[in-house]
Amino acid sequence: MSGTDRTSAGGPVRIRDEWPLYEVFVRGKRGLNHVHVGSLRAPDDAMALVHARDLYTRRNEGVSVWAVRSDSIAASTLAEKDPFFAPSGDKVYRHPTFYDIPDDVPHI
Amino acid sequence: MSHEDLYVDHDNAQWAFGTGFTDPLHGVDQRVPDGIDAGDLAACCLALGDDALVSAQRLAEWCTRAPELEEELALANIGLDLLGQARLLYARTGRADGTGRGEDAYAYFRDPDGFRNLRLAELPGGDFAFTITRLLVLSVWRLAVFEELTSAPDPVLAAIAAKSVKELSYHCHYAAVWTVRLGDGTPESRDRLRTALSDVAPWLGEPLTDQTAAGLGAESAVVADRTLRHLADVVVRAGFDPSEVLPLGPASAPAIPGSGRDGDRTEHLAPLLTELQSIARAHPQAQW
Repeated sequence: MSGTDRTSAGGPVRIRDEWPLYEVFVRGKRGLNHVHVGSLRAPDDAMALVHARDLYTRRNEGVSVWAVRSDSIAASTLAEKDPFFAPSGDKVYRHPTFYDIPDDVPHI
Repeated sequence: MSHEDLYVDHDNAQWAFGTGFTDPLHGVDQRVPDGIDAGDLAACCLALGDDALVSAQRLAEWCTRAPELEEELALANIGLDLLGQARLLYARTGRADGTGRGEDAYAYFRDPDGFRNLRLAELPGGDFAFTITRLLVLSVWRLAVFEELTSAPDPVLAAIAAKSVKELSYHCHYAAVWTVRLGDGTPESRDRLRTALSDVAPWLGEPLTDQTAAGLGAESAVVADRTLRHLADVVVRAGFDPSEVLPLGPASAPAIPGSGRDGDRTEHLAPLLTELQSIARAHPQAQW
C-alpha cells in the first residue's frame, strides 16, 4: 500500500498519520463537469475511490467521481493572486455579451 | 420539503443533495400471487430480514469506534443499506404471513427466540479484521441468494432482490478490497485476518446449507457453489490458500451444530436486541 511504512521486523507500524490526502470531485446528474466536493484520507487510490463514494455520494448526488492525490495538484498561491487574476479584471470585452443567444441553447 | 418530494426529480439546481430518488417497489403489485406457498414466502422474508437487521446493528456498533472516520461512515452506510432491506422484507413478511404486522413489530417486538438470522450475524463485533471477514462472507453469500431471487415468483421479493443486488455488490467490493489489504498489509494485519478467517469458518456451514430461499428459486447448491468460488477468489488475492481457510478444506474447523434458521441462538443475540429494542419498547406508542 502506498503511504504505508512496511517494516519487516513486524513492529508496530504507524499508518494513521501516513494515509495521504485526496481531493474528491463529483459530477452531478445534471452537471457537465466534475466539481470539487471535499477531501479525504485513504491508503491508496482504489480505497480513495471507495471512500469518496461513501463520503460524498451517499445522498444521491453523483453519477461519476474522481479522487486525486492532493499533492498531485499544481495550485496557484495567494501571492500569485494579482499577477494571475487581476489582468483579466478590466477586459469586459472578453465576455461574449454582444451576441443574441437563442433561449434553447444550454450550458453557455 | 418532505422526503416524498425527493422522489421526484424537480430538474433544478436548488438542492445541493441529489433528488430523483427511486422507490424500489413503485408499481409492484403487493398481493401475494396465487400458486406461492405464503408460509414459505413469509419464512424466507423473515429470515433474510433478520440477517439484515442483526448485521446492520453490529455494523452500527462501529460508530465512534472505527479506526478511521472514512471507515466508520463506510460501515454505517452498509448497515443502513441492510436496514433498508430488512424494512422491505419485514413489510413483505407481514403481508405474506397474513398477520398484517408492520416492520416495527418484527424488529422491535419479538424476543430472541423468534429470530431466524444466521448465527454468524449475531456474533460480537471483534476487531476490524473480524468485521471485514464476516461482512465478506455474509455479503458474498447474500449476493448469491438475491441474484437468484431476482427471478423469484413473488414480484415484491424479486424487486427487493433487484435493489439489494446493487447494494450487496458494493458491500462485497468493499469487504474484498479490505480483505486483500489486510492479507497483504503488515504481519499483524495478516495474522488478524488469519484469525478472523478461522473464527468465521465454523459458522459457514449454516449459510452454505441454508434452504430458506430454496422454494423461491434460490437453489441451495447453486448459492453455495457461487459463494465458495467468490470467497476463494478473494482469499487467494489476500494471499491465503482457500483449502486452508474455507470450511470445505481439509484443515477446516468442525461446523457448530444447530442452525439459527431453526431458532438456535448464541448468548450474544439477547443483549444486541435489548439495546436495539429498548427505546421502542419503552415508548411503544411513540411516532417516528
